[in-house]
Amino acid sequence: MNRPIAGLFGLFVVLFAVLVGFTSRWTVFEAKSLRDNPLNRRVLLEELGIDRGVIKAHDGTILAKSVKAKGKTWKREYPTGKLFAQTVGWSYPGQGIADTGTELYRREVLLGRSNSISSTIGKIQGHKKKGGSVKTWLDTEAQRVALRGLAGRAGSVVAMNPKTGAVRVMASVPDFVPSPANLARAAKSSGSPLLNRVTQARYPPGSTFKVVTAVAAIDSGQYTPTSTVDGKSPQVFSGVPLNNDDKISYDKVDLTTALTFSINTAWANVATDLGRVTMAKYMSRFGFDSKPQLDYPPTQMAASGARIDGSIVPPTDGRVDLARLSIGQDKLLVTPIQMMEVAAAVANHGVLMQPRIGEELINNDGQISRVLPQQQSRVMSASTALAVTEMMKKVVEEGTGTAAALNGVEVAGKTGTAQIDPLQNLTQPWFIAFAPANDPTIAIAVTVERSFGGFGGTIAAPIARDVMEVLLRNSLGRQIP
Amino acid sequence: MSDRNRELFALVPASLLLVGGFAAVFIQNSASQSGLSLSYGALFLGLCLAGHVVVRITVPHADPYLFPIVAVLASLGLVVIYRISPDLARAQAQWFVVALIFFAGTLIFLRDYRKLERYRYTIAAASLVLLLLPRVPGLGQQVNGAFLGVRLPGGIVFQPTEFAKIGIVVFLASYLRDTRQVLVQGARRFAGITIPKLKHLGPLLLIWGAAMLMLIFIRDLGSSLMFFGGFLAVLYVATDRLSFPLIGFLMFSVGAWFLATHVGHVHDRVDAWLNPFDPALYDRPGGSYQLAQSLFAQADGGILGRGLGGSMVTLPGGGNLVPAPQTDLIYSVITDELGLTGACGVILCYLLFVARGFKIATIARDSFSTLLAVGLTSVLALQVFVIVGGVTRVIPLTGVTLPFVSYGGSSLVANFVLAALLLLISDRARRPA
Repeated sequence: MNRPIAGLFGLFVVLFAVLVGFTSRWTVFEAKSLRDNPLNRRVLLEELGIDRGVIKAHDGTILAKSVKAKGKTWKREYPTGKLFAQTVGWSYPGQGIADTGTELYRREVLLGRSNSISSTIGKIQGHKKKGGSVKTWLDTEAQRVALRGLAGRAGSVVAMNPKTGAVRVMASVPDFVPSPANLARAAKSSGSPLLNRVTQARYPPGSTFKVVTAVAAIDSGQYTPTSTVDGKSPQVFSGVPLNNDDKISYDKVDLTTALTFSINTAWANVATDLGRVTMAKYMSRFGFDSKPQLDYPPTQMAASGARIDGSIVPPTDGRVDLARLSIGQDKLLVTPIQMMEVAAAVANHGVLMQPRIGEELINNDGQISRVLPQQQSRVMSASTALAVTEMMKKVVEEGTGTAAALNGVEVAGKTGTAQIDPLQNLTQPWFIAFAPANDPTIAIAVTVERSFGGFGGTIAAPIARDVMEVLLRNSLGRQIP
Repeated sequence: MSDRNRELFALVPASLLLVGGFAAVFIQNSASQSGLSLSYGALFLGLCLAGHVVVRITVPHADPYLFPIVAVLASLGLVVIYRISPDLARAQAQWFVVALIFFAGTLIFLRDYRKLERYRYTIAAASLVLLLLPRVPGLGQQVNGAFLGVRLPGGIVFQPTEFAKIGIVVFLASYLRDTRQVLVQGARRFAGITIPKLKHLGPLLLIWGAAMLMLIFIRDLGSSLMFFGGFLAVLYVATDRLSFPLIGFLMFSVGAWFLATHVGHVHDRVDAWLNPFDPALYDRPGGSYQLAQSLFAQADGGILGRGLGGSMVTLPGGGNLVPAPQTDLIYSVITDELGLTGACGVILCYLLFVARGFKIATIARDSFSTLLAVGLTSVLALQVFVIVGGVTRVIPLTGVTLPFVSYGGSSLVANFVLAALLLLISDRARRPA
């Protein structure tokens, strides 16, 4: 009977080999796809057990922290409530809510997954349940002033140090206090409070865009601030008459005056003369046509530029009305952060720094790594920047932006008032600025949605002034952030 | 070195496993568990030594490797159960004492195990009653659609199939010892295949019918496969005709296919097996959740595993993430914590057990002993295949235990009795004349 026994043993060897084969299949060959399977909640559940690190404002205020929840889990709390709701974002794992904002962008640090040798040793020792923390450049006081300035009107304020890219204010209204229940409610709200308007909203920029046209004109060498252009109103562009504000007609006008009084036809003539290629070149140097280079989730950022059927097209495309684009009309849609970057590039002698929310990343073992300033692009020469600064100073001194003037500090700025619905007299007021004009530490963009007949100079400029005042005071006498 | 000393030395791996395993789990969970629970490890080791002493006295010539293999598997089981729940580990240690008593009892009272032959019909009848017990209203317990447990007073769930498998093997070994000649003689050979006479096919058909009835009654594909497979193994060794088990397997397949397509519960199990990640099946009670969690746990383990105590078995808020981690899915938990490496080690242990079992069968001096050893070894190997194959998606998942490793008194006691019978057979075979 030994022959069949040997055969039987062979059969069991084969059967057990199949078991080993299938175990290898799940543990090795298909392990990754199993881990990524949407039904597999292990990664998520592990996250619930981690004491996610805190997110702090520049002054040390805790913006996000974890508190003990039931079992061995943790849950997120935002002590400053709605102050930085969209900017800091939220993290509620296991509740069907996706992480957003800084919570999402810095999740590896916050969950303690950054790969340093010492943290690996910590993991072996079993201290893996605590995450690292993130210190941001955000200024709670200025943020509060910005929200007070918006006073519940839909809109946004964003400010950064043009020399370093440190983002000090990022306010978006409507706002809300983050909590799972509020998120569910806010998701259904018609005002889209979940949207971070600074990085995601797409607005017509109005006359603030004339700064881009001015930079292109002067930096290309074809114009100087004293070059004169035709500012009569109306003039026909692309077969359609274009008017100046209040239909005021200017004969021969220099570029400084054209910016100070925001003369549409003058800039339309400049852009037509410069041509599509030159305008496209300067727009792309400013960062138009691609997403902001902010330390923020790309899914929560929109590119600025001319849009046809929702997609970005460069100004070299024949469908773009170049004359109207140059004064911020036609198909041009921008994010507030992009317009702030326009001001910042002029402020920083023509160099645009990448905007940065993060200041320091602190590992769970106390290791600090600073987020270093990065140059995004040289947009224009230092002399162009200086010339455009002088022009923008005039706007605040005697032009449309006088409401932004600060006592004892020179401010350079540009207003904008995009027409949303002329029949209902609905406008979108804008103001972009930087201060102090001779050595800027603040660049800012303010916009308010759907104002009834309001102008950039009357609605947006005062908010910018108040926020800049606080930020200048907060950076006085200390190392410039 | 004498066999018994060899056996004693072979217990060293089991003791290392116990000490190392308990220490690992203890360190991992130091925050939440007291050092007292470490004493279970020491107690368990003492019990293994006690088992060895019993073997030394009662069956001095028995196979020296079988008991250490069993000890390694049981130690691993205890460590993993301790990792899942210290309370269950305490209960399992108590069951281990009971199992050792049955083990010693078998060695002492069934010294001449061949007297079992005299009671073969009684044993067969008792086994069938045991199998059908879970279907008795008010007594039986249905788990995931299968009738495998009997609730005893005191809340203990008794799993009769574990004992029935031994009884049925004893009957088959005895029955086929008598009839194997008859089955082969007078059979015609056609195209190289032995076709037994119709009248001799009777008993085969009877057993096939019994297996099908079992499928219908206990509604469990896995245990039917285990019983019928064990029968075919003994039949094959008894007759040395490949055609018999082949025909039997075909018949079983046809029956199983019919039931899988016509009996709702079996059908569900097959569906879950084919599409474990279908969201509708995943959420359905008795659906594919268990199988999916088993695969997720294995994927989590990788090659080297997360370390004892390092895997996620329970939910952070309480409750189990992996269903039935201490019984059906214990292999998945082992793979999660010890990785593919540890899983291969477990399979290797069973393969060694099977090798020793068949070795005993080949050296046995009479056909009853040979067939009994073959049958016992085969049902154990098939049980391993059914449960490990179930949790690794080789076959549809059914709830049988992983012998010696899974939590559960019935399983532990029955498998220790099974091991004791193999030791008795080997002792008789190796005894100097």
